[in-house]
Amino acid sequence: MLQCFDEMTLTDGATRAVYGKVARWLTETPSELLASRRAQAELLFRRIGITFAIYGDKDASERLIPFDIVPRVIGRSEWMRLDAGLVQRVKALNLFLADIYGPQEILKSGVMPTDIVLANPYYQPEMAGRRIPHDIYVHIAGIDIIRIDEGDFYVLEDNLRTPSGVSYMLENREVMMRVAPDLFAEYRVAPVENYPEALLATLRSVVPQAAGGEPVIVLLTPGQYNSAYYEHSFLADKLGVELVEGRDLLVRDDVVYMRTTEGPKRVNVIYRRIDDAFLDPLAFLPDSLLGVAGLFNAYISGNVTLANAVGTGIADDKAIYSYVPEIIQFYLGEKPILKNVPTWRCREPDALAHVLEHLPELVVKEVNGSGGYGMLIGPHAAREEIELFRDKLRSKPENFIAQPTLALSTCPTSFDTGIAPRHVDLRPFVLSGSDGIRVVPGGLTRVALKEGSLVVNSCQGGGTKDTWVVEDACLQNLPCGALAKAARAPQALDQ
Amino acid sequence: MLSRTADNLYWLARYMERADFLARTIDATRRLAAVPTSKSGPGTEWESALEASGAAEGFRETRAVAEEASVVEYLMFSTDNPSSICNCIEKARTNGRAVRTALTVEMWDAINGAWIELKRFVMGNARGYDREQSARFLEFVKKASLDYDGAAHRSMLRNDAYWFSRLGLYIERADNTARILDVKYNILLPETEAVGGSVDYFQWAAILRAVSALTAYHWVYRESLKPWLIADLLILRPEMPRSLIACYENIVRFLDSIGKAYGHKGAAQRHAHHVLARLMASTTKEIFQSGLHEFITAFVEDNTRLGTMICEQYLFA
Repeated sequence: MLQCFDEMTLTDGATRAVYGKVARWLTETPSELLASRRAQAELLFRRIGITFAIYGDKDASERLIPFDIVPRVIGRSEWMRLDAGLVQRVKALNLFLADIYGPQEILKSGVMPTDIVLANPYYQPEMAGRRIPHDIYVHIAGIDIIRIDEGDFYVLEDNLRTPSGVSYMLENREVMMRVAPDLFAEYRVAPVENYPEALLATLRSVVPQAAGGEPVIVLLTPGQYNSAYYEHSFLADKLGVELVEGRDLLVRDDVVYMRTTEGPKRVNVIYRRIDDAFLDPLAFLPDSLLGVAGLFNAYISGNVTLANAVGTGIADDKAIYSYVPEIIQFYLGEKPILKNVPTWRCREPDALAHVLEHLPELVVKEVNGSGGYGMLIGPHAAREEIELFRDKLRSKPENFIAQPTLALSTCPTSFDTGIAPRHVDLRPFVLSGSDGIRVVPGGLTRVALKEGSLVVNSCQGGGTKDTWVVEDACLQNLPCGALAKAARAPQALDQ
Repeated sequence: MLSRTADNLYWLARYMERADFLARTIDATRRLAAVPTSKSGPGTEWESALEASGAAEGFRETRAVAEEASVVEYLMFSTDNPSSICNCIEKARTNGRAVRTALTVEMWDAINGAWIELKRFVMGNARGYDREQSARFLEFVKKASLDYDGAAHRSMLRNDAYWFSRLGLYIERADNTARILDVKYNILLPETEAVGGSVDYFQWAAILRAVSALTAYHWVYRESLKPWLIADLLILRPEMPRSLIACYENIVRFLDSIGKAYGHKGAAQRHAHHVLARLMASTTKEIFQSGLHEFITAFVEDNTRLGTMICEQYLFA
């Protein structure tokens, strides 16, 4: 069993200050009441229809992600440090993308091997030498953060293509305010409800320079059978923009239009939740039914902004990940605020030798994998599984990276059997527009519900928690606001 | 708005209205079939329920005998009946899910809540036909449709999304009222008055029940059931919310709102005005003289044509 950092209770049994009220709430609330709150939360989620489809699971095409009613609490000062690190990182990654699709100075300088970029399946050669509106590639980033001790935050993964989960951040808060209003009132929790407004401002700031008038923004979804469809519709609604599918769009003379009841209407910005490969059957996968024929040409003609840009996948590739500290140093001349998890690039013979020797202790990931699939967790793996990975590593070392098995921090989690610590991570969302970078204080906390499990992905039995960024000095009780009790006029009973 | 959104809203409203009509039809038929001196022989009431629901052909292809259990199952739960109540609610939700952004929270809540409840009834139905259970199911369907309609009415912005949704509702409703009249037109003919007797009374009452107009009838006419008055109520009375004329007053109103908002009127508006004008110029006497059946058949065709015109004009541009 790994010795790990619990965010509520220290090894000496002391409660960390920011969790004081949570700890008291958990001890003082009878277990039946906690159970009824869990049931109430589940009912709320089911009624609003937040569901999540799991690929390859025919029987459960719509399923709820389990929600845990114990909030994950982060102090304001911890958050400020995290926030600065996120801004720094995303800024550098945007500069990196503009560079590798432009002058390629980082490759010329020899900071990283050329082929790791140019021969990468996520590098889009079609984008080389193109300028995109405002030189912003990653408008929406979801950066996965873990902590292993009091001091540091580590970045586990950068999600720079179509990161999802922000709807859970928003809905978890709504549900939490309803199931635990007392606890909520005791803290000063930074609001997250302004995220849609921040996103809209970001999208409006990246309208192509040529567009005049009120910008038309749409959200492009693969459709209602996509696992994140709920989120797509939720966001479109909060943003007040049309939720479109590929068949709702058409391209004429390199200009994108949507089909409306009043005829074709010009579109300026597409917040797309479709992968590059499916965007345009003429430019990418020819048999894609989800995309729009001619969209890529309209894009490179500068008539429409795609958020995120085409080709951002290269920057969240797990092989590139290990170079992010160098990327930050190269473009910003700053030391990275957030740490990277030490990573062995198996493409390097020395690293490979080390990895093969220490397989039972390491986590091995496919460089292009996601969702926790195609991953070996050494300490939890059976011998046969380890040997299988050993063969895979030997035959295609460049497809893998390895990292030490990190003791992800734990947070108290509520079950029928009581309160128990479970491993968590955090995905804050970072928005980049031509007018700056915005981070809403909070994010999606994912929790591995199975005891001892380190896999937090929702498709593999992970759940979520509400994430509270609280004022550090919020230990005093707040007065309750008294409700105005104005009498309502009764109906006169006699004439 | 997106054409696809308008299309989804239109069909969502149609399916919810259709589910409601099916529930009322089954309910009314069950009462009728329980009348001891049915002169038409056992089973025919259920045949006619199938006809009114437009499900007779599909039923004959897959089922042998039209009796209560098989017809009710077919109309309520059957997956091979494209217009079973179950499929209506399922399709309504699929349409709703596709346009979540165009629905208010209340509308989604009504429809998603109904869908969740439906799953429980489907599981219950797997245990076999149970009259009490299916009566509860019909109540549930009527309430679900009412909830959805009320949510839409109370919470939607009065813009094109609302108008397309209402168009779907009224076109479906007009179709349903016309269908029940068409299936039962023989018992509404004036000659049957001489035959008289309780059986006809129950037949007439059943028609009114299917469109939830039995109480309304008494308030409007203040006399016993007369076939020509029933026809009058369901075709020409603007104060009767399910009458053909009331449906067309609404259809014309909402189509005109759309035309005005978009600054352009087209074939759909012209056609709807024409249908309404003809209804307004009609009297019960004339309708019976020239043939109730012919009148209704022509109306159903006109109504279907309007649906097609709306699609051509707005939905698949």
